[in-house]
Amino acid sequence: MRGYAGKFLEIDLSSRNIKDTKFSDEVLRDYIGGRGLATKILWDRLGRKWETVDPLGPENILLVLTGPFTGYFPGTKVCVSGKSPQSNGVIGSTVAGEFGVDLKCAGYDGLIITGNAEKPCYIFTCDSQVEIKDASPIWGKKARETLRFLVRKSIAEIKDIRPSHGEVKEPSVLYIGPAGENKTRVAAVVAKYAHGAGYGGYGGVMGAKNLKAIVAKGFGPVPDPYDKEKVIDLAQRFSERNFKMERFRRWGTGGGGYFFGAETSSEPVRNWQSEWHNKESYRKEEFDKYWVKKYWGDFGCPTTCLKLAVLKTGRFRGAICDNPDYELEAYLGTNLGIFTPEENIYLSYVSNELGLCGIQGGAVLGLAAELYEKGILTKKDLDGIELEWANVEAFAALAEKVAFRKGIGDILAEGVYRAAIKLGEIKGANLLKYAVHEKGVAIGAHGVRSGEDFISQNIAYACSVQGGDHTSSASLPIDQGGELSSIMADSAVFCIFAAFGIEDNEKISFYEAITGWKLTKKEWYKEKALRILHLQRALLLLGGPDAKWRPKLDDDNPPRFWEPLPSGPYKGKTLDRKKFEEARLEYFEAAGWNENGVPKAETLRKLGLEDVEAKLKDVALIK
Amino acid sequence: MLCSKLCGMSRDERVWIKRNYGNCSGCRRCEIACSLYHEGKIWPEASKIRIFMIVPGVEIPHLCFQCEDYPCVEACPTGALSVNGKTGAVNVDVAKCTACGQCIEACPGNVPHLHPEGNYIVICDLCDGKPKCVKACQEGRWNTLMLIPREKEVSYRTLAKTPVELTHEVARQILGEETAKEVID
Ligand code: SF4
Ligand code: SF4
Ligand code: SF4
Ligand code: SF4
Repeated sequence: MRGYAGKFLEIDLSSRNIKDTKFSDEVLRDYIGGRGLATKILWDRLGRKWETVDPLGPENILLVLTGPFTGYFPGTKVCVSGKSPQSNGVIGSTVAGEFGVDLKCAGYDGLIITGNAEKPCYIFTCDSQVEIKDASPIWGKKARETLRFLVRKSIAEIKDIRPSHGEVKEPSVLYIGPAGENKTRVAAVVAKYAHGAGYGGYGGVMGAKNLKAIVAKGFGPVPDPYDKEKVIDLAQRFSERNFKMERFRRWGTGGGGYFFGAETSSEPVRNWQSEWHNKESYRKEEFDKYWVKKYWGDFGCPTTCLKLAVLKTGRFRGAICDNPDYELEAYLGTNLGIFTPEENIYLSYVSNELGLCGIQGGAVLGLAAELYEKGILTKKDLDGIELEWANVEAFAALAEKVAFRKGIGDILAEGVYRAAIKLGEIKGANLLKYAVHEKGVAIGAHGVRSGEDFISQNIAYACSVQGGDHTSSASLPIDQGGELSSIMADSAVFCIFAAFGIEDNEKISFYEAITGWKLTKKEWYKEKALRILHLQRALLLLGGPDAKWRPKLDDDNPPRFWEPLPSGPYKGKTLDRKKFEEARLEYFEAAGWNENGVPKAETLRKLGLEDVEAKLKDVALIK
Repeated sequence: MLCSKLCGMSRDERVWIKRNYGNCSGCRRCEIACSLYHEGKIWPEASKIRIFMIVPGVEIPHLCFQCEDYPCVEACPTGALSVNGKTGAVNVDVAKCTACGQCIEACPGNVPHLHPEGNYIVICDLCDGKPKCVKACQEGRWNTLMLIPREKEVSYRTLAKTPVELTHEVARQILGEETAKEVID
C-alpha cells in the first residue's frame, strides 16, 4: 500500500478511547479516501439505522480524511464529512491548508471521531502522541482568539515533547467558532482565518460533539509514493500549467463579484430575486485598495489564488479576510444588496470570526432580509434590527444572533430550508418559495437560469448527491466531468483550483504512480465513482430524522429558479420544465437509477452493493 | 557592477538568499524543493527552510542568514560546523554533531533545528550554490526568495531574526500597527 500512511486515528469522545484503525487494500482501492471513504465508513457503521441518526447527536461520526494525493499533488486539501445536518445525507466538504499534510506526516490518513465529549475539548496530536484536551478557555471564543490560543499553547507543548528541537513550527489547526459550538446548521469547520469546509454543516457536528478544535503536528515525511520519479515529474508538469493561469492567479475567484453579475447573469442578488447587476463599485479593481499585494495559498499550491484583504483604516479597521473571493462577494455582498468592497470584506470577516459558512450563513441572512422587505418579518421579530438591503451593520448584528442562536437567530441557525419551514409555521404562510436550497443545502452562487454560467445545466443542483454544493454539480453526459469527477477530487483529495487543464487520464496516471494500483478512466466512471455516487444517493434518500427527500419530487430546482429573471441582458429567461424533466430522466438512467431516481436493484448488484439493495427494500424505496 | 565599484564595495563569488517576507504566499514549495533535494522525500520538518505561520497571512520563510561572523560555528563544541569556502554556507558534519543545541543558542535568529529523525542539526547548505528553494519560489513568480551576490560589507548578522521577531515586523507592515497587535499579543 503506497501513498497512504496506513492507519487512521479513531477517537471516541464519550469514552475517551483512542485507537488506530486500518482499512483493507480492497476498501481503499474502491473508495480511495476523502469523500469516497467517508461514505463507505458511514454506510458500514450507520447505514442500517441511518434514518434515526441525528446528525447533531452523539451517534454521528465526524470524519476528517486525507487521500492518496495529499502532499504530493500540488495543492492540498482535507475532506471533512459525516452525516450532514443540512442534507441528512453525506457531503464531502473540503478545506485547504496544511492540516492534511501534518496529519499524514504524523502517520495518519485521517481521523474518525465518534461519540460526544462531556465537556468542551480539543484533540491534540503530535505524531503518535494523541490527547483529548480541555477547551474550556476557548469555548465561546471567536476565530482569532481561538487560533491564537491554540497555536501558542500547542507550540509550547510540542517544545515539551521535543525539548531540544529548536524553534518549533506551529501545528495545523481545524476549529469551529461560536456558530459551530451552538450547533447551528450553517457552521463551517475552519482552517487559518478564512478557509472553511462549509458545505454540509460539519461545524455544527463538531459543536454537538463538544469538540472545539483538532490540532495536528507531524514530524515525519509524507508517505512515499509508489513511483516517486513519475509523481514528481507529473506534479511539476501540472504546476507549470497552473503557473500560466495568469488572470486566475492575479484575481483568484474574486474577479467574479462583478463578472457573474454583469456578464453571465448568474450571481445571487437580494436573495436571488435577480441574478444581474452591473455595479461599477464592485469591479474587481475596486477590491485592490484593500488587497495585501501578494498571492496567497496553501501547501504545495502552484496557483495561490487566494487573496488576503485587510481594512487598515476607517470604521471597519481590523478586518482581515481572504476576500475578494467570489462566493463571499456574492453571499455576503450582492445577495444582501451590498456592492462596496469595504463592506463586503467587513461582513466576510464578521462571518469568519463567528465560524459561519459564508454561503450557508449568508443565504439565511438573505432569506431574512427578503422576508423583512415583504413585511413578513418585522423589526420586532428581529429584536429591533432594521434589516434593509445593504445595511451592513444590521447584517453583522443578525449574523451574531445566528451564531449564538439568540432570538430569531435560533430559527435562522437552522439554515434556509428549515428556517423557511419554521418561520412559515409561525407566520401561517408558505415561505419555502423564498428558500434557495437544494436538499437543505443553500445553493452556491452560480445560478442556472441564464444558462451562461460555467455551471449551466438545469440539473446541476437538482440531481447532485451533495445538493446545492456548486463544487459537486451534476451534468450530462454523466461520464464526462460532473459529479463523478468531483468524487475523484474529493476522494483522492486535491484542490480543483490547482488542477486547471489536467485531464482525467493524467489524474489517473498520477493515482497509479502514487498508489501503484491500476486504474482506468472507464473503471472510474463506470464502476468506482458510480459506486460512491450510489452510496451517497442511497444515504441521501434515506435521510431523516427531521427531513426526508422524496425521490424525483424533491429532485427539482428551488421555486425561485423557475421564476423568470427580472432584469439584465437575460431578462425573462428561466428554465424550461419539459427540458428539465427530460434531462433529469436522462441523468437518472445514465446513473442506473429508476425513473424516480432510486438506484435500481440490478445496478446495485452490479456494483456489489447488495446490502444497499436490502436496505432500500426494507424502507420500501425499492419494491 | 558599476555601482558596486563606485561605492567601493567588493564582492566574491558567494551568493546570498534575499527574502521579501511580505511577498510570501505560504505555498511552501520551497520546503518541498529543499526536502526533495536533500532527503528524497517531501518532508517539511526536515527542510532546511521552514515557513512559519504564527499568524495566517503572515508567512515567514526562515533559513540560515550566513552571518559574517558565524556565531553557530564558533559555538559548536565538537567542530561539527564549518564554513564552506566556496559558497559561504554552514556545513554540518552529521557524524560529529551531538545535537547539543549550542549552535541554536548562539544563533541570533534561532535558525538551526534538529532533524526530525536523526540526532543532528539542520542548517541550509545553499545547495552548493544553486538553491532549490529559490528556484521553486522564482518559477512560481512569488519573488519572495531571490539569489543575490554576497557583499563583503553587508552585515547579514543584523538580518538574522527569530520567527517571532520577523512575524511582528511583517505583521505590522501588512496588517498595520493596531491590527498586528490584536492578532499576535
Ligand atoms: S516558495 Fe516562496 S512564496 Fe512559496 S512559501 Fe517559499 S518563500 Fe514563500
Ligand atoms: S547541535 Fe551539533 S552542530 Fe550544533 S553546536 Fe551542538 S554539536 Fe555543534
Ligand atoms: S543565521 Fe544562525 S545558523 Fe546561520 S550563520 Fe548565522 S548563526 Fe549560523
Ligand atoms: S538553499 Fe538549498 S539547502 Fe538552503 S534552504 Fe534553500 S533548498 Fe534548502
